[in-house]
Amino acid sequence: MMTPTNLKYTKEHEWVKIDGNKVTIGITDHAQHALGDVVFVELPNVGDTLEEGKPFGVVESVKAVSDVYAPVSGKVITINEALLDTPETVNQAPYEAGWMVEVELSDLTQLNDLIDAAAYEAFLKEEE
Amino acid sequence: MATIKRTPLYEEHLKAEAKVIDFGGWEMPVQYAGILEEHRTVRNRAGLFDVSHMGEIEVRGVQALDLVNQLITNDAAKLADNQILYSPMCNDQGGIVDDLLVYRYTAEHFLLVVNASNTDKDYAWMLRHSDAYDAQLTDISAGTAQLALQGPLAQDILQTLTPTDLSDIKYYWFAQGKVAGVDCLISRTGYTGEDGFELYFAPQFAVQLWQDILVAGKPVGVEPIGLGARDTLRFEACLPLYGNELGENISPLEAGLGMFVQLGKADFVGKHALEEQKADGINRKIVGFAMLDRGIPRSHYPVAVNGQEIGFVTSGSYSPSLDKNIGLGLVDTKFATVGQEIEVIVRGKGLKAKIVPKPFYRRQR
Repeated sequence: MMTPTNLKYTKEHEWVKIDGNKVTIGITDHAQHALGDVVFVELPNVGDTLEEGKPFGVVESVKAVSDVYAPVSGKVITINEALLDTPETVNQAPYEAGWMVEVELSDLTQLNDLIDAAAYEAFLKEEE
Repeated sequence: MATIKRTPLYEEHLKAEAKVIDFGGWEMPVQYAGILEEHRTVRNRAGLFDVSHMGEIEVRGVQALDLVNQLITNDAAKLADNQILYSPMCNDQGGIVDDLLVYRYTAEHFLLVVNASNTDKDYAWMLRHSDAYDAQLTDISAGTAQLALQGPLAQDILQTLTPTDLSDIKYYWFAQGKVAGVDCLISRTGYTGEDGFELYFAPQFAVQLWQDILVAGKPVGVEPIGLGARDTLRFEACLPLYGNELGENISPLEAGLGMFVQLGKADFVGKHALEEQKADGINRKIVGFAMLDRGIPRSHYPVAVNGQEIGFVTSGSYSPSLDKNIGLGLVDTKFATVGQEIEVIVRGKGLKAKIVPKPFYRRQR
C-alpha cells in the first residue's frame, strides 16, 4: 500500500495535497483497494461549497457505494471531469490522475485536523 | 451466535489471495483478481467457482416423484432419468420459498439443489409437506461439495479430465462419471449465462479436484471466480437471485417464471393462489432497464414514473459485458412495457432510465 509522504490524510481515507490556500482531494490507495474495481464517480459542480466532514462525492465499485467526505471546507474550483468517463483511473493512480476535486479553503486552521502519512499508516494498522 | 461455515476449499481461497466475505453465514470468496477481470474470464474463456455452500436434499422412495411434484411448481413428471429441471417452490400464497434444480436419477430417487442460505428453511418446509408420501428426505449438504466450471472453454478443459463424453450431456442433463479420478455427478447447468458444468462430489476430494481443474485450464487462462462475478454474470443473463428477484412475497408469475409453473398438473403447494393470480392478472412484474442518465441502480432503490412510485430495483449494476448501467426491477404492470421511460431514485434524485428487453446478455451459440 502506497502512502506518499507529501500528502495529508483523513481517517475517512481521503488524501489532501496542500498548495497555499488551495487543496487537491482524492481517495487513498487503501480506499480504492478496499472498494475494488471503481465503475462510477459522482463529483460536485465547480462553485459548490464543501463542508468539512460532509459527503461531497460518491465512488461506486461493482459491489459497493461509498461516500467521499470533505476533509476541509471551501469552494470547488476544479473537478476531475476525466473520472466521469474513466472511473478506473481511481484504481490505477489514486494519488495522481485519480484526483477528484480542487478546493479553495475557507478556513486554513482546518488543515490542522489532517494527519500525516505515518499517522495514517498507523491508523490503517489499527483498523485491521 | 450462529457459527460461520466454511467450504472444504477455504484454505485454497486464502492461498489464491481471495477477498473473503460472510455470505449468508458462509465465509466465501467474493473476488480474487477483481470482479471485472473475473467476469471477462468467464465470458471469454472459462472460470472455476467453489459453490460448495449450495444445499443438496435427496428424495428417495416409491413416491419420491409425487412428493417432489407436490413441492415444486414445474412438472417433474416430464423428466427422464438423468434429466434436470429448474423450478420455483412456493408457499400457499404463491410466494417463492426458494428456487431449485431438480435432478432425477430414477422415479424413486431425486436430488434437489437449493440456495445455501435457504437450506435449513427448505428442508424443514419439505419435511412438513412430506407426511402423506412414502418417500424420505435427507439433507446431504454437509457431505456434498460442488464446483462450477463455466465459460466457452469449459467443455474442452473438463474433457481432458474425464472419460465421460461430455458432448453427450445436453443442457440440463447430467451423467455420473469420474473427473480427475473422483466420482462426480456431472451436470450441464450453470448460473452465468455461459455453457458449462457443475460437479457434485464428496468433500474430501474438493482440494484435489479444484487444483486439477485449475492446472488443466491454466494453458487457456482458467482462473478461480468469486461470488462477485457470479452475481454480475447471472445478472446480465437475467437469471433471478433469491432475495432479490425472488422472495416469499413475490410469485413466480410476477418474477417472469411463468414457464416454470405448470398449473395443468395435479395439486401442488401454492397452486390455488397461482391459479387465482393468473386469472386476475398480475399487478407487478420484473422488468429489465438501462440507465439513460449517469448513475448505477442498486437493489431497493425506488422506481417512479411522473414522480409516482411504481416499484423498486431488485438488482442493479454496472454491466461489464455491455459497458452500461442496467437493472432489474419489480414494477407496476401498467408501466412494464419495453420502451417505457422510468426514473430510478438514486440518493434522492430521479435519474432517467428506459425499460429494455431481457436478457441483457445472451451468449453466441
